[in-house]
Amino acid sequence: MTAELFLQTIVNATYAASYMALIAVGLVLIFGVMGVVNFAHGELYMAGAYAVVALYAGLGIPFFVAVVIGLIFVGLLGLIMEYGLFRPLRDNPLGGLIASIGFLLIMQTVAVLGFGVHMEHVPPSTQEKIVFADGVVLTYQRLYVILAAVGLLSALWFFLRKSKFGWALRACAQDREAAALQGMSINHTARLAMFIGAALAGVAGALTAPLVSPTPYMGHPVIITAFIIIIVGGVGSLEGAVLAAVLYGFVNTFVTTIYDGTLANIVGLLLMLIVLIVKPTGLFGAKERA
Amino acid sequence: MPERAASSGLSWALGFVLLTAALIVLPHLLSLSQQEILVLLVINVLLVSSYRLLTLTGEWSLAHVVIMGVGAYGSALTAKLLGVPVPLAMLAGAAMAGLLAFLLSFPLFRMKGFYFLIGSFAAGEVIRLIWKWSELTWLFGGPKGIKLIPPFPDIEMLSIDFYNPVNYYYLCLIVVAISLVILYRAERSRIGLTFHAIHWQDKLAQSVGVDTFRYRMLAFVISAFFAGLAGALYAHYVGTVNPNRFDVEEMVYVLIWAIVGGTATFYGPIIGVVTLTILNEVVLRALGVDEMRPMLYGAILIVSILFLPNGLESLVPRIRGWIAGRKHKRAVAEQPAE
Repeated sequence: MTAELFLQTIVNATYAASYMALIAVGLVLIFGVMGVVNFAHGELYMAGAYAVVALYAGLGIPFFVAVVIGLIFVGLLGLIMEYGLFRPLRDNPLGGLIASIGFLLIMQTVAVLGFGVHMEHVPPSTQEKIVFADGVVLTYQRLYVILAAVGLLSALWFFLRKSKFGWALRACAQDREAAALQGMSINHTARLAMFIGAALAGVAGALTAPLVSPTPYMGHPVIITAFIIIIVGGVGSLEGAVLAAVLYGFVNTFVTTIYDGTLANIVGLLLMLIVLIVKPTGLFGAKERA
Repeated sequence: MPERAASSGLSWALGFVLLTAALIVLPHLLSLSQQEILVLLVINVLLVSSYRLLTLTGEWSLAHVVIMGVGAYGSALTAKLLGVPVPLAMLAGAAMAGLLAFLLSFPLFRMKGFYFLIGSFAAGEVIRLIWKWSELTWLFGGPKGIKLIPPFPDIEMLSIDFYNPVNYYYLCLIVVAISLVILYRAERSRIGLTFHAIHWQDKLAQSVGVDTFRYRMLAFVISAFFAGLAGALYAHYVGTVNPNRFDVEEMVYVLIWAIVGGTATFYGPIIGVVTLTILNEVVLRALGVDEMRPMLYGAILIVSILFLPNGLESLVPRIRGWIAGRKHKRAVAEQPAE
């Protein structure tokens, strides 16, 4: 491996880690607050990508406006899931998970009916790029994803640590009943967590749309990756999810570059299995959830 | 009341004869494409019933369809590469699926609940990726899978040709019926009762000396064997297998059959798979909107988890009670007033 290829792979891995962190953190947040494993999370990512397909590639709305609309749209989808599925099934431990599988199938079909099964092509919003050295390039399109991940996740971290809502959210994650007894609205916190979690997946989809050729089934590999990350990071740990996303992003990108993509996927799944067997609380598992 | 018992035994026998007759006549009332679906339906009945045996211990696996695929690949390769007669290859395929479950139970049964679900999913995906892997294309055929799998040998003496879906349907019906009897007996045996005990009273079962790990493993291996058998029946019928046929989407359908039907009774998952297949084939094919299938399944899944959390099977005692109530009322009404 040459030095240029090595550096370029580091750049690629940083990008991969960024968008996976956005998705995995949302999944962990939803699980932490509501106790639901959202199988439809990959489809929320897909919905964000299709928002950009429709608005930016279709209607010609400026890229970042489309991304913001996509973020809000997917956040609202999250609210629909909270109202329609997770709230009525709150006392049924596997119920939310099963209902989210049903929702996943519906969203896939809606995408197929609305756009067709073919790959969409989204033109890049900019041709600009940073050239670090000969053969080591970071396109602006990828830079946006990295900046969004760093910016949004830091904002979320401050929100959870400093604001009153954040405290309520973490309190609900730790002990729902006790939080309710202190006068915190479980419904309100669940709504907030679901909106934020879904919107993070949506923004990841919207920003990566020009880079990945959206299809209705693009959520499938993403949810598998997200599960690997949250298991490796420790289910319920936000910091763990970020660290595991970085770890996974680097391992996956390097194995893909040196060997091939299938082997990289096998390595990722084996990594998760080993963590599940040896330390089910995850490598960075915290005792408190979220 | 011996009289009552005899009459109930009689009605069971009558019901059994009627069901058998209906199952024998059924394919002759259908079109060719419907006959082909019927064969797959019978195979799916075995698949979902074997899945239920595992859920008895309280664990929900996402690897079941991949294990079915192990039976399919195993049987296909044994017959094709080694030239083993197909019926023996089928048993070999099923045994391979059981063996794989045996090996997988060591890592997987260290986990429970959601972790088992995800762990089994990961294990299944690893197997699927190995099938797809370019380094092993010489054996598994990569993403395109295995083609030209030898078909089930014809019985020349009786001139039974298994290329005809009706004959293959009868073959599947016999194999599946025998398998269901074994699964049913297993559930009703001491072993099956232990499975229930592990599900509901894990710690208590352990404290009275039940080796829960070994029983979980046993349930997993038995259910894998029959899933593998279903896969073998599938492989030699369709003649080709590929990794995508056994992906997580197919697993989701098995899950939906089991959940919509309900898993508390032996017949629940069978009701689920039969009802949904009929709904799927009749409604969607009739309307010509095949791509709506996932949406229909998704909507049914959501509606059933919201409004019928114990599955279709929970309707059966209600219907039975309703009929009995009407009979009772009629009997009361017909009684002469004193």
